[in-house]
Amino acid sequence: MLNTFIGDLGHASVIVAFAAACVAAYSYYMAAKDQPLGTTDLGWQRLARGAFFVHGAAVLAVIASLFAIIHGHHYEYYYAWSHSSNHLPVYYMISCFWEGQEGSFLLWIFWQVVLGFVLIRYSKKWEAPVMAVFAGVQLFLVSMILGVVIGDVKIGSSPFILLRDFLDIPVFKTDPNFIPKDGTGLNALLQNYWMVIHPPTLFLGFALTLVPFAYAMAGLWKRELTAWVQPAIRWTLVGGLVLGVGVMMGAYWAYETLNFGGYWNWDPVENAVYIPWLVLVASLHGLILWKRGKTGLRTSFVLVIATFVLVLYATFLTRSGVLGNASVHSFTDLGLSGQLLIYLGVFAVLSVALLVARWRSIPVSEKELTTYNPELWVFVGATVLCLGAFQVLVTTSIPVYNAFLGFIGIKSNLALPADQIGHYTKIQLWMGVGVVFLSGLAQVMWWQKNDKESLTNSLTVPGILTLLGAALVILLVRYNKLEMKPVYIVLLTTALFGVLANLSMVLTLLRRKVSLSGGGVAHIGVALMLLGILASAGYSNIISGNVSGLVYSKEFNEELNRDNVLLWRNEGAPMGPYEVSYTGQYLDVPGVPGYVNKELLFRTDDEYKAVARGDVKRGGKVYYKAGDTLEILPENTYYRVEYKEKKSGKTFELFPRAQANEEMGGLLASPDIKKFWDHDIYSHVSATPPTTGPDWSEVTEHVLSVGDTIYLNDYFAVLRAVEPAHQTAGLNLKEGDLAIQGDFIVYGEKRQYHIHPMFVVRNRMVGRVPDQSEDLGLRLTFLNVDPTAGKFTFGVSTAQKDYIILKAMEKPFINLLWSGTLLMALGFGMAFVKRRRDTSATLPATDNDAKPLRARPVQRPRQVA
Amino acid sequence: MKKSHILILAVIAAAIGILMTTSADVSQYVSFKEARELAAEGKNTKVHVVGRLPRSGQQIMGLEYNPTLDPNYFAFTLVDTNRIAQRVVYFNPKPQDFDKSEQVVITGAMRNDVFVADKILLKCPSKYVEKDIKGATASM
Repeated sequence: MLNTFIGDLGHASVIVAFAAACVAAYSYYMAAKDQPLGTTDLGWQRLARGAFFVHGAAVLAVIASLFAIIHGHHYEYYYAWSHSSNHLPVYYMISCFWEGQEGSFLLWIFWQVVLGFVLIRYSKKWEAPVMAVFAGVQLFLVSMILGVVIGDVKIGSSPFILLRDFLDIPVFKTDPNFIPKDGTGLNALLQNYWMVIHPPTLFLGFALTLVPFAYAMAGLWKRELTAWVQPAIRWTLVGGLVLGVGVMMGAYWAYETLNFGGYWNWDPVENAVYIPWLVLVASLHGLILWKRGKTGLRTSFVLVIATFVLVLYATFLTRSGVLGNASVHSFTDLGLSGQLLIYLGVFAVLSVALLVARWRSIPVSEKELTTYNPELWVFVGATVLCLGAFQVLVTTSIPVYNAFLGFIGIKSNLALPADQIGHYTKIQLWMGVGVVFLSGLAQVMWWQKNDKESLTNSLTVPGILTLLGAALVILLVRYNKLEMKPVYIVLLTTALFGVLANLSMVLTLLRRKVSLSGGGVAHIGVALMLLGILASAGYSNIISGNVSGLVYSKEFNEELNRDNVLLWRNEGAPMGPYEVSYTGQYLDVPGVPGYVNKELLFRTDDEYKAVARGDVKRGGKVYYKAGDTLEILPENTYYRVEYKEKKSGKTFELFPRAQANEEMGGLLASPDIKKFWDHDIYSHVSATPPTTGPDWSEVTEHVLSVGDTIYLNDYFAVLRAVEPAHQTAGLNLKEGDLAIQGDFIVYGEKRQYHIHPMFVVRNRMVGRVPDQSEDLGLRLTFLNVDPTAGKFTFGVSTAQKDYIILKAMEKPFINLLWSGTLLMALGFGMAFVKRRRDTSATLPATDNDAKPLRARPVQRPRQVA
Repeated sequence: MKKSHILILAVIAAAIGILMTTSADVSQYVSFKEARELAAEGKNTKVHVVGRLPRSGQQIMGLEYNPTLDPNYFAFTLVDTNRIAQRVVYFNPKPQDFDKSEQVVITGAMRNDVFVADKILLKCPSKYVEKDIKGATASM
């Protein structure tokens, strides 16, 4: 039955949410209009709050309806049909929710509702002006999923569109109530646990950038040009934490799931988040400068506004289709470009205009900063961050220039740099150098009185240790016969300085007050991340170079990078320090640890079920007995690759996986990674023989007696016996049926194989069940029996042996990157806790709340130990 | 001069430097004719070329990939938007979805008579324009 109710409910809720956001924005505006901060028109405010609550409830209803559609497999809806399927586990249904553009907008809207509630509860005198901005942003965001057509103008793209309205195919003409049996499924690459938590983290980060922006706007509007800094710092800290962690989650997902051989590809979609994060961190430093040194307020205003506008710009880049050829994974174009541009334009123009109008009234510091002021170096550091962001922005926007020039009638054929990694690295690397050096220097200066003597004193120890450490690392690198470019040496030295200088300060602060050391800890994290990037990207080493000696290329004889190696099934090959062999295809069987060899599974007509040909066991425990039916996950094939280190003889195995996926176009390969403390071995399949199965040769007939030997596909084989068939689970034998099988022993490279072709007689009809081994590329059919002569006829087909083409590389010290990320997050968290305490301590002094009845934020009982 | 002025000058200088490296690194979408001219002038800057694969019926003509001989050698012919055909070599395994792609964007440069590609971007028929539903005919 076509269920239109859920969709109508959802769509109606979207419209209610939109209308309520309009009411909330207008009423909050009226509540704050023409009044100084701290007094509000209570009537308007009451109405605004009510409207925002209605808005929040409607958004929750939208989410519930959409989830009900996905969870209930209502494929009459386009969203469920195109993003989900029957066999999708529930936890991935959560990710199909945001696979589509509409769902990800919804996620963003949801977080802003949550943040809006928090602000209504805690922002006190700031509520009306801040929430006016908030609700204004909400109304624009909700309009993206509105799905309303007025005249010829379509506003927003509704997630509740019916499949029959989206697809114009004949079946709907004959049967408008037709419902597909299954959906097209979730993009295989997104079926990963990181994709369940990465998008919510990222969108929470996006949503959090709105809060400091809203405070800045409120401050400008109400002429409270300094008071907004205090709450803005806290929110910026949370934003920096969440957005930073979100970006790195995406990087880790890419490392684990995609096969470009790293964690960062400078794809516009990645850059679109990286740019606002850099600017956000710069704005954080600006705010802290004002807090402590009463300087940098104008900069803070500019950067806080820039962060939010860049988030809007990122949204425009990735969702308007303007990137076209430039990105592999931006969203499809929903025709929202105009709407996105208006959204971007409105907030950019309003905020800049307001800032310009108030520019002269924003206080500036009269005193000139000297070299001994840490404020100067923090300021320079923030500038370096902005320059880094500027470079990525200029390059990522290249498709926008083309579109813009095309729009005004000039043909432009600019393309992104051919060597993107080289292009970005040459600037970002120097940004890194600047950031880690200045973070070390400024952190040391921040907590002490500075003159020539004291500064020299406190820099001597970290300085000497840095030089010693750098010299040691350089010697070790040389010892391992690796090159070290001068610029790498600079980065190494400054990053070490960043770690050690910040560490010395953290150690000092630990004695004074632990909570002060958040900044230092975050800086150490960033410096460690840079060291991890330097080691793992700068010294990533491909170990799957072609060592066969065969060079097929006719055109060139020069040394080209030949990064992939062909591995025949069950034949070893040398690869770097390893002896590697590919030993077969495996499947994931839920409930059984590890993977199960395909040769152990007899596939049935139901893709998701198989019959065990032998016992499936792990260690001593038997999970399935021979003949049992078991559930399998047929999409991914895991290729078992054994690595044996030549020197030590130690072995490990990896299961890089690949999925033959017609809709996504071909083979989706994901790596498998073996982690050691000091390096990762990363390998993925780059090609396989056609995944439709082997190409079997014409059958040749052989007449054999029991005990005869024969060569089959170059393997020595014996017909050991002809016996009653014993693996008949799939045949449904009845009484009177006769089933016999030939028992061949084939001597393969590593072990012996039993192949059992079957011959079945039922009601005088003959049935033949062939048996095959993909390991051997061999298929046998029991063709005929001659009982009088004791001769048996077998048909033999052979296929090319199975192989994979593998790419493998070593990533040294990549763990520094991940552990640095955790430290950075910890540092942000510590700083947030400290700022929270600061505010609670200063609250009574500044708190001339408009609503004295309102309870103050509950103070955590936990205090400094 | 005040320090802030020096800082502003330094920032402007750095920004100009960034713009200059960007304009130096920026690549272009060109035709094979232009790519050949660039190579003839001795410039080996990498360019982008957009093209289609020549087909006769469903078959793509001129694909050459034999992994058992050399897994890192893949050659094909690409016809650019001006209908000029060019032999392209890619020293990597053949992308698995290559046969299905409608449009191909390659990055690289001409070397001698062949275009050596170091990146291939495929535009496949998206699943969003899929006009058929599995099982749609079965249930009618």
